[in-house]
Amino acid sequence: MNNRKLTKRHNMYSKGDVLFDVINYTLMIALCILIFYPLYYVVIASITDPKIVNTGKLLFYPEELYLVGYSKAFKYPSLTYGYTNTLKYTFISIIVSLAVTIPAAYSLSRKDLPGRRTILFLFSFTMFFSGGLIPMFLTIKKLGIYNTTWALVLPAAVSVYNLIVCRSFFESTIPIELLEAAKIDGCSDFTFFFKIVLPLSSTIIAVMALFYATSMWNTFFNALMFLQDDNKMPLQVVLRNLVLSNQLSAGSSGAELAERQKVIDQLKYVIITVAALPLTLIYPFLQKFFVAGVTIGAVKG
Amino acid sequence: MQQTSIAGKQNLRKKSRLLRIFEHRQLYLLLVPALVWLVVFCYSPMYGLLIAFKDFRIKKGIIASPWANPLFKYFEQFFSTYIAKNVIVNTLLLSLYQLLFSFWVPIVFALLLNQVRHLKLKKTIQTISYAPYFLSNVVMVSVMYVLFSANGVVNTIISNNGNEIKLFTSQAQYFRPMYIGSTIYQTMGFNAIIYIAALTAINPEYYEAAMIDGASKIKRIWYIDIPLIMPTVILMFILSLGNIMTIGYEKAYLMQSPANTTVSEIISTHVYKVGLQSAQYSYATAVGLFNSIVNFIILFLANMLSKKTADISIF
Repeated sequence: MNNRKLTKRHNMYSKGDVLFDVINYTLMIALCILIFYPLYYVVIASITDPKIVNTGKLLFYPEELYLVGYSKAFKYPSLTYGYTNTLKYTFISIIVSLAVTIPAAYSLSRKDLPGRRTILFLFSFTMFFSGGLIPMFLTIKKLGIYNTTWALVLPAAVSVYNLIVCRSFFESTIPIELLEAAKIDGCSDFTFFFKIVLPLSSTIIAVMALFYATSMWNTFFNALMFLQDDNKMPLQVVLRNLVLSNQLSAGSSGAELAERQKVIDQLKYVIITVAALPLTLIYPFLQKFFVAGVTIGAVKG
Repeated sequence: MQQTSIAGKQNLRKKSRLLRIFEHRQLYLLLVPALVWLVVFCYSPMYGLLIAFKDFRIKKGIIASPWANPLFKYFEQFFSTYIAKNVIVNTLLLSLYQLLFSFWVPIVFALLLNQVRHLKLKKTIQTISYAPYFLSNVVMVSVMYVLFSANGVVNTIISNNGNEIKLFTSQAQYFRPMYIGSTIYQTMGFNAIIYIAALTAINPEYYEAAMIDGASKIKRIWYIDIPLIMPTVILMFILSLGNIMTIGYEKAYLMQSPANTTVSEIISTHVYKVGLQSAQYSYATAVGLFNSIVNFIILFLANMLSKKTADISIF
């Protein structure tokens, strides 16, 4: 039985196909290593003695553990407030964005809404034409939200792309019969949305939360433009200042110069790791959601 | 008699439209927050574009600021500088190179991944391929910096082998390759999702028929996979053309060093510097507006072309 299956399979695959598979599998695995290794390297460099890292001897696994970088990093005030700020901004952003995007997307998914096409056009037009940097900056100033949490959260409250993805989800998952049946029972649009649509939409809510959280967690330029005080800056700005603008110092508490340089060298790896870790740890568990999100979006660009 | 009945019908229709709007009031209420956002954060900045044609003073506001004389003063000012040609060329080249080198990568990746029959392996490869998408630009540039800068690990290995170190992160000649290489790294896996979804939607009967006819894997990719995902490819191509001038300024800005600004200064980083760092609001807005308009025209033309040739359109 087993043998017959094998011979049948053997017939289907020509020599060329076997060669193709061998090359293809090798290529795919090489690609994975190429993608994964730089990230892995940064993580192991963050826990290895910088002496080894700096001589280029660190390749596959940490030989001499050296964790001073981590203990120093958590005493770095800018890093701590950068982290707390980013957590705060991300949390608020998720709530505000979901509260604005999801009801609007449902409303726009209703084909019986008068003026729906015009409103949709007004939204999608902004994907291709915008006021740009300076007018946006002046708007933020005029609203009086410059240098506050809202300067980051409100402009990001809606992403038109997300809105369209979300609308397509509602169009394809909420059958019109459901609405008709509910209407006959005297259900208002509000009740229908809150009591029936929302409980059916956990997938899209998770997708939206992930998309908005990722973009807020990674936000950099808006913070640079719309915030002023150092202690309000999010993690990404802190990271830029410490790693790319070389503002690191290991404190002057009597340590030797060489020892201090060593800590500074390691701190860079530590800070990158700490900044990138949360999302890279979370996304594998949520990937089914964002794949769903992207695919829904593709159905109706 | 006839006429009054028509008038009556029209009246009724008018009424019914108002009535319909009234009946849907709760749906409009759900839309209100998003509409307010649209007006405040999208269309009011568009109104703010007026300052490109005014001598804008922040204290006077948009309306009270006097019109620029001549009206296109700030556009002329931009085009008369030597910087103009430089930043326009840099923006276009960076975008074109990016389109040229990074657009096809996710497609090839999706086609090859689709041939991996081992389901667990396929999923693992895909999961790994997304990882860089979740890195911010700051993290990405920082990683490049610690790996490729003068005392980064790559150069350490180069010099250990007795070769001269290369200034990957600061010299002008390395800026574009590093920029585009890292973009491919960041987006390949994620951009492939759409193509992978299109490939999984292909009816397996096509493959069965092809296999009976003895078509090899390469032939199946060439004659079945590629033609069937073509509509998705064209759609994605128009969309990336539409973003050709809005190339990620965040990464360009982060990757700038004094030695590479000859190639790394693009329109948007220039706007940021003259606009916000030296507060020349009207001038910077004019430059930004020029950028948006060129971008919009390119998108419009690309869309028209694909509508005519392939009947695919995004509008």
